[in-house]
Amino acid sequence: MTYQFTVSPDFPPDHLSGWYIFNTWLQKQTGEGIHLEMYNSFQAQRSVIENDGIDLIYANPFDAAMLVRDKGFFPLVRPRGITDEAIIAVNADSAAHDVADLSPGTTIAMTDDPDVRMMGMILLEAGDIYANNSQTIPCDAYILVAKQLLQGHADVGVFLAEAYDNLSGLIKSKLRVLVRSEISVINHSLMLGPKLAHRQHEWQELLVAMGSDDKSTAVLKSLGFSAWEKIEYEEMEFMIDLMDTLAV
Amino acid sequence: MRDFRPEDVVGDCKEAVLNLYGGLRRTVLYSEIEVPYPDGKLIVSTTDKNGIITHVNKAFVEMSGYTEEELIGSPHSILRHPDMPAVAFKDLWDTVNKGVHWQGIVKNLRKDGCFYWVKATVIPNVRQGQVVSYTSVRRKPSRTRVEESIKLYASLR
Repeated sequence: MTYQFTVSPDFPPDHLSGWYIFNTWLQKQTGEGIHLEMYNSFQAQRSVIENDGIDLIYANPFDAAMLVRDKGFFPLVRPRGITDEAIIAVNADSAAHDVADLSPGTTIAMTDDPDVRMMGMILLEAGDIYANNSQTIPCDAYILVAKQLLQGHADVGVFLAEAYDNLSGLIKSKLRVLVRSEISVINHSLMLGPKLAHRQHEWQELLVAMGSDDKSTAVLKSLGFSAWEKIEYEEMEFMIDLMDTLAV
Repeated sequence: MRDFRPEDVVGDCKEAVLNLYGGLRRTVLYSEIEVPYPDGKLIVSTTDKNGIITHVNKAFVEMSGYTEEELIGSPHSILRHPDMPAVAFKDLWDTVNKGVHWQGIVKNLRKDGCFYWVKATVIPNVRQGQVVSYTSVRRKPSRTRVEESIKLYASLR
C-alpha cells in the first residue's frame, strides 16, 4: 500500500527538494511506500484531506484542529526552535509608525497562509482595523506582498516573519516593520493519519533521532531544520485551544 | 491569595476591598499608572474549572508583576481591578459554563498597583465531550475599545 504525504503549501520554495529528499529517507527507514504530493493552495489541499486522501502531513497550525478533531490525526513532531510569527510592514515612506496610526479603509496585502493571516489581523485589531473595514489584496507569495507595498498599492503587508527576514536587504531597506508578533507557541507539525496510527510512537522515535548521523543531518538541513522534537498529545490540544481562542 | 502590601506598590495608591468569587475578600492597592500592553505579545493562561490558574506564559508573568510560583494555584481573580464591575465577570462565567467562548475588554491590576488593559478571550477546553479547563488569551486592545469600556464599566459599578 502506498500512503499519501503532503506539506502545507506555505513552505519556503527553497525547501521543495528537501521535502522530496525527506520522503525518500522516510520510506527507506520505515519500509513503507509513501507518495509526496504538493498542492498549490490550502483550498486544494483541504479538499483532498476532506476526502480522506492524506495519511501524513506537515500541517499548518490553522489546520491542526480539523486534522485532530475531525479527521483523527495524531501529532508526531515539530521542528525544534521554529515557531510561526507574523509581521506587519509598511513602505518605508509611510506616515504610519504604529498600528494605531492606520485608518479604516486600509488596504492589506497578504497571502492565503491561514495562520499568518489570522495573526496579522490580530495585530491590526489594535489599530481598529478589521476585515469589515479594510480591503485585502490577495498575493500568491510573500515577495508579492512586498511588491504591493513598494509600488504603493497596499498600505500594509502581512508577512510570515521568517519570509520577511529572508527578503533581500535592498527590499527590506525600502520597507519598515510596524509590529512583529511574539506568540512563541504556534508552529507547524508533522501529523499522522488514522491508517498509520499504529506506527505513531515508532515514527516519533525515528524522527526525533534524526541528526544522529551525517545522512539524516543532511536531510534535516535540506528542510531548514536542526532537529525534530516530539509533540505530546496534550501539547497539540493546547495549541488547538489557543488557535480556537484566536480565531474568535 | 494575600492582600496587597504597601511595599509592593508604586505611585500614589488608593485602597479597595474586593468581594471575589467563592466568598473571597481581598484588600488591594491601586494607582492611576497604566502599563502599556506590549506590541505583538499574547498573554496566555489556563485555569481549572474553578478558576484556579494551572498554566501561565512568560508574557503573563511579565505583565502581572507576580512570579510564576505566586500565580500557579491562585484564583484568576488575582488580577481583578476595582474598576471592573462584578457583572462583567458574572457574564464571563455564565457564558463559558454554557460551553461558549467569552470575549471582552478587561482592566487588570498588577502586583505593583498599576493597571493594563487587555482584549480577553476565554474558551472552555473540551476533552472527550467534557469541559476540563479554560484557556484565556489576552491581546492588545484598540484605544477606541478601551475608551468605550471605561465609560461602560463606570456606568455598571
